[in-house]
Amino acid sequence: MSRTEWGAALTMPVTADRDHIQGPVDAPVTLLEYGDYECPYCGAAYPIVKEVQSRMGERLRFVFRNFPITTSHPHAEQAAEAAEGAAAQGKFWQMHDLLYENQRRLGDPDIRSYAETLGLDIEQFDRDLAEHVHAARVREDFMSGVRSGVNGTPGFYINGARHDDSYDVETLLAALERASA
Amino acid sequence: MRTRTRVLAKEGSHDLTQTSVDQRSTPIAPGSEAPEFALPCTPDQSVSLADFRGQPVILAFYPEDFSPVCSDQLALYQELLPEFQKFNAELLGISVDGVWCHLAFAKDRNLHFPLLADFEPKGEVSRTYEVYRAKEGTSERALYVIDAEGVVRWSYVSPVGVNPGADGILRALEDLGNEAA
Repeated sequence: MSRTEWGAALTMPVTADRDHIQGPVDAPVTLLEYGDYECPYCGAAYPIVKEVQSRMGERLRFVFRNFPITTSHPHAEQAAEAAEGAAAQGKFWQMHDLLYENQRRLGDPDIRSYAETLGLDIEQFDRDLAEHVHAARVREDFMSGVRSGVNGTPGFYINGARHDDSYDVETLLAALERASA
Repeated sequence: MRTRTRVLAKEGSHDLTQTSVDQRSTPIAPGSEAPEFALPCTPDQSVSLADFRGQPVILAFYPEDFSPVCSDQLALYQELLPEFQKFNAELLGISVDGVWCHLAFAKDRNLHFPLLADFEPKGEVSRTYEVYRAKEGTSERALYVIDAEGVVRWSYVSPVGVNPGADGILRALEDLGNEAA
């Protein structure tokens, strides 16, 4: 539930250079999620997004941006930086999926084991995390969400407009179909 | 009285609007002098608006400690304290809960900004700011941005079950800066 008086719209457009994107660049609909890897509602939304992606196929582009609420979720920032660390080695989505599929195991040794599973250069990965190389990127995602009116996670945007309805599969699909028409 | 369609609940969120649909107060309008107040924030300390003369103040009235939306909203604001500090702005949370309840809430949720107890006489400051819900005996979910001279520059009452996010606050703070420049 996230309706406010002013129409909330995405303030930082999706760009192939910086965003993590699945689906074709010319898809008629873009679903963007501001998410937190430790947030249980985002965890619940994870298979829903997968289902929506499989049902819409090439007609949907999906974008994920970080929105860690560290005040409530002590592992969320580290997990977001880990996903960006994996992205630096070309494996963002693989790490993204592992983090959501193991949402209750986001401690340091857990995250390191996911990096090993993905065959990442561990030395590089550890160094990135220790030096918070990707913290600025995560914060940039977060602030772009704040400025776009994200008021809880997951925060969904469809073609740049905030989706204020529920996000069960059918509701989300219907909204995406409307936007693609 | 504004008429609005009822807000739809997102899956997994708590729809508090059902009990009190669209009976929102009208807050004090921009341009008015912000009413002075002094309220306890701990068992032996109190905070008054005059303490912050010379800097912007954000007042976040919220219904109750520990209620679901309040927790998300205040966690988001905690996350944004560094952004508010860039404007030299002070954030104050206000509800009708007592100081011991506030202390427990702040500790449990890692909140590091003052929570003021509008407890005795109950809701007096909320009434003064036109954001008291007499039937429920709690404050509205309302935001005020007050400038360095103590003048209301922005005010907003959210549906009580809806987290208003922070984009409105940041925009209001920016507007203060622009006008000063």
